[in-house]
Amino acid sequence: MPERIATIASRSGLHARPAALFAEAAGEVGVDVTIAMQGDPEDDALDAASILSLMTLGAAKGDVVVLRAEGDGADAALDSLVKLLETDLDAE
Amino acid sequence: MQTFPGVGVSPGRIIGTVRQMPKPISEPPAGEQLAGDTSAEEATAGLKAAAAAVHDELKTRAETASGDGKAVLEATALMAKDTMLLKNAAKLIGRGTSAQRAIWEAGASVSEMLHNLGGYMAERATDVLDVRARIVAELRGVPAPGIPSASTPFILVAEDLAPADTATLDPEKVLALVTAGGGPQSHTAIIARSLGLPAVVAAAGVDELADGTEVYVDGAAGSITTDPDDSQRAAAEAWATNASLLAVFDGKGATADGHLVPLLANVGGGKDAVAAAGLNAQGVGLFRTEFCFLERDTEPTVEEQAAAYKSVFDAFPGKKVVLRTLDAGADKPLPFLTDATEPNPALGVRGYRTDFTSPGVLDRQLQAIALAEKDSEADVWVMAPMISTAEEAAHFASMCTAAGITNPGVMVEVPSAALTAESILREVGFASLGTNDLTQYAMAADRQLGPLANLNTPWQPAVLRLVGLTVEGSRAEGNNKPVGVCGEAAADPALAVVLTGLGVNTLSMTARSLAAVAAVLKTVTLAEAQQLAKLALSAPSATEARAWVREKLPVLEQLGL
Repeated sequence: MPERIATIASRSGLHARPAALFAEAAGEVGVDVTIAMQGDPEDDALDAASILSLMTLGAAKGDVVVLRAEGDGADAALDSLVKLLETDLDAE
Repeated sequence: MQTFPGVGVSPGRIIGTVRQMPKPISEPPAGEQLAGDTSAEEATAGLKAAAAAVHDELKTRAETASGDGKAVLEATALMAKDTMLLKNAAKLIGRGTSAQRAIWEAGASVSEMLHNLGGYMAERATDVLDVRARIVAELRGVPAPGIPSASTPFILVAEDLAPADTATLDPEKVLALVTAGGGPQSHTAIIARSLGLPAVVAAAGVDELADGTEVYVDGAAGSITTDPDDSQRAAAEAWATNASLLAVFDGKGATADGHLVPLLANVGGGKDAVAAAGLNAQGVGLFRTEFCFLERDTEPTVEEQAAAYKSVFDAFPGKKVVLRTLDAGADKPLPFLTDATEPNPALGVRGYRTDFTSPGVLDRQLQAIALAEKDSEADVWVMAPMISTAEEAAHFASMCTAAGITNPGVMVEVPSAALTAESILREVGFASLGTNDLTQYAMAADRQLGPLANLNTPWQPAVLRLVGLTVEGSRAEGNNKPVGVCGEAAADPALAVVLTGLGVNTLSMTARSLAAVAAVLKTVTLAEAQQLAKLALSAPSATEARAWVREKLPVLEQLGL
């Protein structure tokens, strides 16, 4: 299954506005994407399009997360989402 | 004709039609099962459709909102169609639970999870509960919770209003506020005064009035009457004329014999300050700095803070601006300073006390104030909230000195500070009475509770006595250190006269009240104000103190205040 690693760049971590922007983007890529903290078992991965899951994940700035997706367009979807995570969304 | 007595918290006489705030959504009964002829698939599909409708409605509202309100609405809209929430609910439906009960339980467990994470997440826990209530309302086909929308202006009737409701309250559409619960210091009262809307709180029974009923509201007398008669129609017309006269303050607060009582404004940021300067406030008596950062989950930088403070200083060049350091805690949590899990937040780590648990934040705020003051022309005074002892006052003064701030002071909100005002004022340059909290602590009565409204009024003789003791403490200290009032009490014209008589030097209030307070103050001499203060102190109850003083001030009835 295609997967990518990303380091959270937003100052406030992956909650508040950055989480909302990311969840919305993940819901629009056309494939199901999961997110987990690096090192956590794949079974514990959460739905990346769920803002509530993202908030409970509690990823802070500098934390490394793993994104996974399967199916047509998975690679392109993951690339675009990694880019979003590695942007400081609080600065916008 | 039917009359509902309540507590008047913001003056004005007005006739209009009632719109009820929808009742809070009741909990679907525990164990409620799917109706016999509904399959789990149908129920799940119905839930998803309801969730989508709530999402769309919130998303539409977000489009017209701005700033922090917009961000909150956008995040809340996403929660409505959140897969985690809906999947949990679908699981419960699969086991035979009704759709309403399923989303209720799923929302509760997600909300609890967020609450347990603390900080910013805990703040969002209530948003999940709000979304859950909206989805249940949609499933039931009843109005969503929140302020109703209508094309014509109306009198809003509610059980009580929460701070969050103000974000959606359109002052162009709402003529007056009436609540069945709430007290004189409740958020409803504060909101009404800041918007200049007539308001009556704690009027039991008004929540039974039907939508569209025509009523007369008297925000000074504190009553609501159905089927208004001719004299009430005339009173409402007279108020409409007086209201425009009472909207102008000439910028000179004084008694009839020329005793000066500078009338200052309470502000929460640059925008408020500009508006207050436009209404001729003689300065700022209370700049609530925490209001600049309420939506923040991290500490603002020194530069950000300095910019926010300077925007207020710049509205009052050459005039006094009293800034209060961050008053976080209780009803104004700041995630970077306060612990949301305290069992008793009003008596917890709040105000100045956050320096015990988060040292450094206050030092950096003082640096930011000094930085903002350097290139501004305002006369900047700085005070700490929730000071209880002379030791704390001395420590705050030394922190100010270290930051280069020359005029430190304290808020007097804790009864112990009023009782020991003399020793506290040896340590700092001035005191400002926060009557809302002083009343809540002196009477041991939560500000937000309707059933305690009669205890929770600054007309309580015990509270007036604490004000008097603070002034006496300043006199005993010997250097004429100023004592002001910056609580809601100063906005009540009759009480403003009493406070002046007690020896208070300045009065600070929501800018909308300046003109009414000035109009009444200039009808009495200082000696008369002192007589009225004595009269109020001698009253056996708050009700009598207020009634006795108002009886001696016929101008109040003439102006409809």
